[in-house]
Amino acid sequence: MHGYANPARFLKIARWLTVPLLVGGLVIAGAALAWGLLVVPADRLMGDTVRILFIHVPAAWLGMGGWTTIAIASLMELVWRHPLAAIAARSAAAPGAVFAAICLVTGSIWGRPTWGTWWVWDGRLTSMLVLLFLYLGYLALAGAISRDGASSRILAIYGLVGAINVPIINRSVVWWNSLHQPPSITMGRSAIDATFLVPLLVATLGFSLLFGGVVLARMRALLATMQAEARLRRRADTGAGFGPDFA
Amino acid sequence: MREGLDQWAFVVAAYLVAIGGTLALVAWSWLAMRRAERRRDRQGRR
Repeated sequence: MHGYANPARFLKIARWLTVPLLVGGLVIAGAALAWGLLVVPADRLMGDTVRILFIHVPAAWLGMGGWTTIAIASLMELVWRHPLAAIAARSAAAPGAVFAAICLVTGSIWGRPTWGTWWVWDGRLTSMLVLLFLYLGYLALAGAISRDGASSRILAIYGLVGAINVPIINRSVVWWNSLHQPPSITMGRSAIDATFLVPLLVATLGFSLLFGGVVLARMRALLATMQAEARLRRRADTGAGFGPDFA
Repeated sequence: MREGLDQWAFVVAAYLVAIGGTLALVAWSWLAMRRAERRRDRQGRR
């Protein structure tokens, strides 16, 4: 793991992986969504709205997965001072927030025809909304730290503390009464028929590849920005490299 | 399942939100990366 802490080595791998992950993710997710829309039959109880499963569930998993990534990277930053850990955590925040928002909006759209309401303040929906607010707070704090040059340790601590919400989201439908159904997929067991389960897993694979590609692209952007700023600082320190434009 | 609602309207709305959000995220991240790397490379040549 520490072998990849070298930014030059990481960039070499990231340059090679970013496009295949993004293109592979788009193709696989696109195929899975077409499968879910056009091939999968309507459900006996939910009718055609069951097709929302193939976007809502991967978005929920990736929304939680994004914060899990932030928490692990934050721990690595605090304990091992891994040079790329802070960059990885920051890069996972925006895609995590987008998928959490997609989960909330598609869940609300799904709730109207199945539950008869767009929203209820129950454990699952509320804890997912809290996750979105945690993401927004993280992004705002990251922006403020970049602007003011403050220590990123406070951001890592925020990432670790916020992780407490992930198991709460996961267990909320077990701990509290809810309109939301109990977990259909647990470790090694699924209550979903293979007709729906297989395209769901393919869609999850596609969206996960996209998530990975986006995180790599954002890490590359952050690294390039830091390298450009370091060069500017070096030139300012030595007084070299500035033409009349900078006078 | 409540009667009288067009189920496909909800399905299409949910897919548009998910596909639009995902594509916007991919495009934003890709363009930000290209812009940052071009800026770094330009500075390296100076």
